[in-house]
Amino acid sequence: MLARTGRRKPSTRSVWVVWIETAFEWVIRLCGISAILFVLGIFYFVFSKAAPIFFESEFSIAEFLFSTQWYPTSEVNVRYGVLALIVGTLSVTLLSMLIAVPFGLGAAIFVSEFCGPKLKESLKIVIELLAAIPSVVWGFIGLTVMKTIIEKTTGAEMGLNVLNGGIILALMSVPIIVSIGEDALKAVPDSYREAGIALGATRWQLVYRVLLPAAKTGLLAAVLLGVGRAIGETMAVLMATGHAVNIPGSLVDPVRTLTATIAAELGEAPEGANHYRVLFMVGVLLFTITFIINITADLVIRGIRRK
Amino acid sequence: MVTSDGNRAAACQANAPAAVRNKIEIRDLRLSYGKKEVLHGVSFDIHENEILGVIGPAQSGKTSMLRCLNRTIDFTADATWTGSINVDGEEVGRMRNVYELRRKIGMVAPLPVGLPMSIYDNVAFAPRCSGMKSKSELDGLVEKCLTQAALWDEVKERLDSLGTKLSGGQQQRLTIARALSHQPEVLCLDEFSIAIDPVTTMRIEDVLKELKSEMTIILVTNLVQQARRLAARTLFLWEGEIVELGSTESMFGPNPKDKRTFDYVNGIFG
Repeated sequence: MLARTGRRKPSTRSVWVVWIETAFEWVIRLCGISAILFVLGIFYFVFSKAAPIFFESEFSIAEFLFSTQWYPTSEVNVRYGVLALIVGTLSVTLLSMLIAVPFGLGAAIFVSEFCGPKLKESLKIVIELLAAIPSVVWGFIGLTVMKTIIEKTTGAEMGLNVLNGGIILALMSVPIIVSIGEDALKAVPDSYREAGIALGATRWQLVYRVLLPAAKTGLLAAVLLGVGRAIGETMAVLMATGHAVNIPGSLVDPVRTLTATIAAELGEAPEGANHYRVLFMVGVLLFTITFIINITADLVIRGIRRK
Repeated sequence: MVTSDGNRAAACQANAPAAVRNKIEIRDLRLSYGKKEVLHGVSFDIHENEILGVIGPAQSGKTSMLRCLNRTIDFTADATWTGSINVDGEEVGRMRNVYELRRKIGMVAPLPVGLPMSIYDNVAFAPRCSGMKSKSELDGLVEKCLTQAALWDEVKERLDSLGTKLSGGQQQRLTIARALSHQPEVLCLDEFSIAIDPVTTMRIEDVLKELKSEMTIILVTNLVQQARRLAARTLFLWEGEIVELGSTESMFGPNPKDKRTFDYVNGIFG
């Protein structure tokens, strides 16, 4: 007994505390690493389902990427060209971002810098409510309300098109851009604001000379999450874009997106068939597109930081 | 209103032989945060081209007073103030172009705030805000202000690097350079030496002595000896009230008017 207490004396922390700390450290480490594992796992799963298609004679990667012929269930001549789907996805996403980024960042700046505390609270609640609306409800709005509005205002034959999908996606991404963007602006220390104001800057000069540069990383993250939501969105675009394989010539042409194609066709494609594998290939493509966007954004942020 | 201000200024000039002009006149300034009053009716004048030392313990309302002066207090939601602050005969509370007022008053905060931009842009910030665009003009101004703040030699090779990457003392001198960049008529320094080593502090103090000929300086400081070294007159603020305002000589002498002043400057307060 005596010997033992003597040995324990130098360390004031009990063995248990040390053990628990080590255990926590490992749990947290696992949580961190799990993100990598999940991404790799998903990529492996999707790619392994798609990979056998490379050995099929009726599939060629060039046709897949550069042909606009998407006839996956044709009896006579099966063709798997997704160019129109890529263009569809990109056009709807681009349009939605053209609307959502200025609108969302503007709203974030307003909420964070220009409006009073009471209005701010209510605006934030409403914006969060907006972000919580399920995408199928948005699709429903596109299918009914927006369709009629577009048909009446533009005189288009069909109200389900790029414009409709773009607006619906913009409405869906704006709340995300606003709340993340507002967080980014809120994270700018108040001392910057005070310093800028004390130097005689007007509110607007303060915003674009101090706050925007200071919060640029967070604001870019906000925009990226918005883009991510727009590219990945399935249900709403499936309902709002018209779902026609077509390279759009104008805003009121219907299109089909990569995500909507997977959602609409995967259920009917027999497992292991070429059609099924090509749909997984489309998944790989989506993966690649978001990957490229994220990498680009990361490089842009690093570029800004170095400067 | 205008004539009475004019009279007051004239009266002051008539009384003082050295033609001391009041740059700032503060009358019965009361400031509250919410229901708590922190300045209980403060009245005093600040002469043109003097260094006025303001001493007093923490929570005595020194910083709050400065924030009233350039109306940055407006941004504290629950702050209300009454009384009158006159800068060059103009009532601060009723000023429309508050940005012009803030350009007239340079402000240096206790902890340095390097804005997240290059050293050059930090100093060029205020002139750019007021519309200066010419590169050569800006270059000259940036060099002049950095030199005045005793920083030019250390940073002239790396004006493009981030201001926030400078050391604490350098950043503080950067904020002084920035405060000088809009060529203020009044320079308020709020405990500027808190983050600077004694040698640099001395260098800046020398700079301040030179600047005195160009502008009015309000030096809020916790270091009573700093006020003694620099200020011609010193104001002792305590719990939102003026204990004493007088020539630094008399306040730091053996017989100031108020016993508390003697105790405070000699470190036997409380």
